[in-house]
Amino acid sequence: MKLSDLRVGDSGVVEAVDTQADPDPIATRLGELGFVSGEPVRLVARGPLGGDPLLIQVGFTRFALRRAEAERVRLVNGAGASDE
Amino acid sequence: MSNLSIALVGNPNCGKTALFNQLTGGRQKVANYAGVTVERKEGSFRAPSGRRVQVLDLPGAYSLNATSPDEAITRDICMGRLDDVSPELLVCVVDATNLRLHLRFVLELRQLGRPMVVALNMSDAAKRRGIRIDRERLQAELGCPVVDTIAIRKGGAAELITRLDADGPFETPAAAPVDDLHGEVARILREAVDVPRRTAAVDDALDRVLLHPVAGLLILAVTMFLMFQAVYAWAAPFADGIDAGIGLLADGVARFMPDGLLKSLVTDGLLAGIGGVVVFLPQILILFLFILILEESGYLPRAAFLLDRLMVGAGLTGRSFIPLLSSFACAIPGIMAARTIQDPRDRLATILVAPLMTCSARLPVYALLIGAFIPNQSVGGLFNLQGVVLFVLYVAGILSALVVAYVMKMLSRDTAEHALMLELPSYRVPSPRDIALGLWERGGIFIRRVGTIILSLTIILWLLSTFPAPPAGATGPAIDYSLAGRIGHWMEPLFAPIGFNWQICIALIPGLAAREVAVSALATVYSISAADDLAAQQLTPLISSQWSIATALSLLAWYVFAPQCLSTLAVIRRETNSWKTVGLATGYLFGLAYLASLLVYQIARLWL
Repeated sequence: MKLSDLRVGDSGVVEAVDTQADPDPIATRLGELGFVSGEPVRLVARGPLGGDPLLIQVGFTRFALRRAEAERVRLVNGAGASDE
Repeated sequence: MSNLSIALVGNPNCGKTALFNQLTGGRQKVANYAGVTVERKEGSFRAPSGRRVQVLDLPGAYSLNATSPDEAITRDICMGRLDDVSPELLVCVVDATNLRLHLRFVLELRQLGRPMVVALNMSDAAKRRGIRIDRERLQAELGCPVVDTIAIRKGGAAELITRLDADGPFETPAAAPVDDLHGEVARILREAVDVPRRTAAVDDALDRVLLHPVAGLLILAVTMFLMFQAVYAWAAPFADGIDAGIGLLADGVARFMPDGLLKSLVTDGLLAGIGGVVVFLPQILILFLFILILEESGYLPRAAFLLDRLMVGAGLTGRSFIPLLSSFACAIPGIMAARTIQDPRDRLATILVAPLMTCSARLPVYALLIGAFIPNQSVGGLFNLQGVVLFVLYVAGILSALVVAYVMKMLSRDTAEHALMLELPSYRVPSPRDIALGLWERGGIFIRRVGTIILSLTIILWLLSTFPAPPAGATGPAIDYSLAGRIGHWMEPLFAPIGFNWQICIALIPGLAAREVAVSALATVYSISAADDLAAQQLTPLISSQWSIATALSLLAWYVFAPQCLSTLAVIRRETNSWKTVGLATGYLFGLAYLASLLVYQIARLWL
C-alpha cells in the first residue's frame, strides 16, 4: 500500500521511500522531512480539485505532497487504521 | 569586550526571522550575497556588557543537502565555504513544538563541529501544549548549550543574549557521525521530551474548515475580495489627505514664487509628478499589511495547497500563489519572492507572468482613465460600472497569466517531475512588531523609489518638455517646439494604429521607469501645454474632452500588459541572471500589449 492510497483521516506506518530515479532528489528530501521507516503518518486532507495535493501529517509537521510524491512512500501492509 | 558575529540557522517556520527582529529591532540591512540572488539579512545589537553582536539571518533549510539556492547559501556558510561570511557562532533555532523535524537538522549541523547554541524557540507555545522538555538532558544529548526563547515576546531573547554576552571562546566539539539521524532524534525525544499530543488541537480544527474543498475555497475567495476592497476603501481618506496636502503646497508655491522657469519646475514638474505617485503609498501599505498578516499567520501556504492543482494545470505551482499575490502590490517583491520556489521551471514561469498581475503602479493609470471615461452608473442596480471595469482589468491580467504560463508549458514540452513538498506550519497570531518592521521595509523601498528614480525622471521630463523654448512669435503650444514634443511626434506613426496621440507617446517614455509616472507625465505634458492654469489642475476633464473613448480603452488594454517597467526588467535580470529571459519577457509583454490595444481600439472605433 502506498501513502497516496490512504483515505482522508486514515493513518499508516511508513515502510520505506522508493526511489524512482537514480539519484532521486524528491525521495531523498522526503526522507529528510521525516518519511522514514516506522514513522506513523496520517492523511489529513486532500486538495479540492481532483483530490490533489495531499496533506500528510508526519511527526508534528504537515506537508502538502502531490500524488506522484506520495506514491514514493510505501506503507506497512495491514498497519493502517482509521482514527477519526 | 570583543565583538561577536553570529548566524541564525534553522528549518523554515522555526521563527528565526521573528527572533532576528527581536534581537536587532530596526537596525537591519537587507542585501544579496555576492553573485547569487539570495537575500542576506544582517543586523546588530549591543549586549549589556557593551559587546556588539553582529547577527546574520540565514535562509531556512531542512538539510545541508541543499535543493535550492537559498539552502545552498545556508549550507556554504555553515560549512565555512564562504570566505567573506564566517560567523563565529551558529545559533540553531528550533521550534519547541516541532522538535521531531527540527532536531534532525541540529544533529546534522552538530557534525560540523562549529561553535553552536540551540535556541528552543516558541517555548511558551510548547508549555501551553503540555510539551515538557528536560533541558539539562537535551543539552547533554546534543552536546551544546540550549536556551529558551520566545521570539514574539518582548524580552523573549534575554537568555540567549546572556549566553552570547558570556566570555568566549565558544567551542563545541563535533558530534560523531550518525547514519540514522531520524532514529537518533526519536531516541533523544524519548529521553528528554514528553509530548501529550501530536498536533495542536487548534490547527486540526482550523485546517478542517480552511482546507475544506468547498468552505476552504469560499473563504479564500472572500479573503481575497475583502483584501482588494480594503485596498480601495481604507486607502481613500489617506490618499485624499496626501492629495490635499500637495494641493496646498502647490497653491502656496504658486502664490509666493515669482513666475518663471523655477516656478514651472516646482509646480508642473516636481509637485505634479511626485504628488501623483506618493498618493499611492497608502494603498501599497494596506496591500502589504494584508499580505504580511496572511503570511505570518500561516494561511498563505494553505492557499497554495488549495490552488496547487489549478496552477499546475496552467504550468505553475501552488507555491506561485505567494509571489503572484505580492505582485498585486508590485512585481519586484513578487519576483523576488519566487526564490522560495525550488523548481527552476516553475520559478521561471512564475517570474515571467508576475508582471501580468495588476501592480499598484498601474492603479493611477486605471483610476485616471476610468474616472475620465467610464460613466459612474449602476449596473443591474447592484454594482458600480467603474468598479466592474476595474475588476475586469484585474481579471484580464490573471487570465492572461494563466494562458501565458500554459502556452509556455506546451512550448517547452517538459515532462520532468516538479515537486511541491510544501510545509503547512502551525497557525500563529501575527506579531505586531514583525508586521510593522515588514511594512517599514516596504514603505521605505517605495519612498526611496519616489525620491530617486521618479524624482529624477520627472525633472528630466520637465526639461525635455520645456526646452528648447518656442521661437519668438510662435503661435502653437510651447511643448510642440520642445524635444519631448518632437519625440512624441516621431513615435506617433507607430502608435497611431492603436489610437495613441503624441502626448500619450511622450508619457510612455518615462512610464518605462515606473508605470505610475505615465500619469504624472501626462499631467506635466498637459500642464505645460495648457493655455491657462485652471486646465492644468484638472487632467481628468481635459483628457475626457480631447481623447476618444476608443483611445482610452486602448490605453487601458495596453496597461494590462504594459511591459514598460524598467525596474521589473532589471529585477528579472538579477533574479534569473539571463538577458534572454529579460528579452523574452519584454518581447512577449510588448507584443501582447500592442495586440490587445490594436484589437480594443479597432473594435471600439467600430462599435462605440
